[in-house]
Amino acid sequence: MLILECPYCGVKAEETELASGGEAHLKRFGPGSDDEQFHDYLFMRENPKGVHFERWRHANGCGKWFHAARCTMTMEVFGTYAAQAYEPPQEIKDKITAKRPGWSWREFSDASE
Amino acid sequence: MSNPVTATNGAQFAGMATVADAGLQGMITLRGDLSSKVLAAAVKAATGAKVPAQRKIETSESGAAAWMSPDELLLLVPYEAAVATTAELAEALKGEHALTANVSDARSFFTISGEGARETLAKISPVDLSPEAFAPGDFRRSRTAQVAAAFWLEADGSLRLVCFRSVGAYMFNLLSNAAHPQSAVGVYQG
Repeated sequence: MLILECPYCGVKAEETELASGGEAHLKRFGPGSDDEQFHDYLFMRENPKGVHFERWRHANGCGKWFHAARCTMTMEVFGTYAAQAYEPPQEIKDKITAKRPGWSWREFSDASE
Repeated sequence: MSNPVTATNGAQFAGMATVADAGLQGMITLRGDLSSKVLAAAVKAATGAKVPAQRKIETSESGAAAWMSPDELLLLVPYEAAVATTAELAEALKGEHALTANVSDARSFFTISGEGARETLAKISPVDLSPEAFAPGDFRRSRTAQVAAAFWLEADGSLRLVCFRSVGAYMFNLLSNAAHPQSAVGVYQG
């Protein structure tokens, strides 16, 4: 059972209280972008074994969206952070680096590498 | 004039806990900046209670204010006063980025009292309801079986639960089933 702490109401919410929102930090390319970029935005998704970033909504609770960083293999949760973030906060990245040296996910990776 | 009734119209069930329709209750949804002084004053005027802290409910003699999310409160007022209080709130919050709505007739309200109250609710909700984790004044929005609900603990140890009116009958049956006398697990007691 996945347990995530909602950063807005501080509840350690289990999976049934939450709704999954798919992959985090997707960038939608605006006017002037080419078909390739729009195709990637629509269809290309990460499917990692290990560190992953996702969007979740505290649906049966405060109703807010938030981000979560977790490991898909061990179900370990590295942390949750606000939905308004364009990238994972440094503190979350540091936590992942401490536990999974050399990690990388899309454009984010272990900064010490 | 119309004669307002609740979805379960005074239904009661006595088992390991007593589940009862809590009757008509005025409820107002208030969204806005909870740190605002204007909002705090308006809440005080409407309910007599102050703005609650995260996941808490503040009660007063005439009403209560409950924390629903970082920008939302649920205000409890007498049913007859709900329409007028909603208008007064909207007036008091003029100029603020806030929104009020009278949701009294969109909600069902239940009491769960007696020895097995905590256990009854714990069976259908993924929330730690042990006395150490959930004390009087604590407020929680969560899931009860298949529907969303909000509940809190009164000082006398009974629980109050709010859900959508459309699932009011479902909620009563669900709670009654969980409170069935032969279904006692004995957790949180003794």
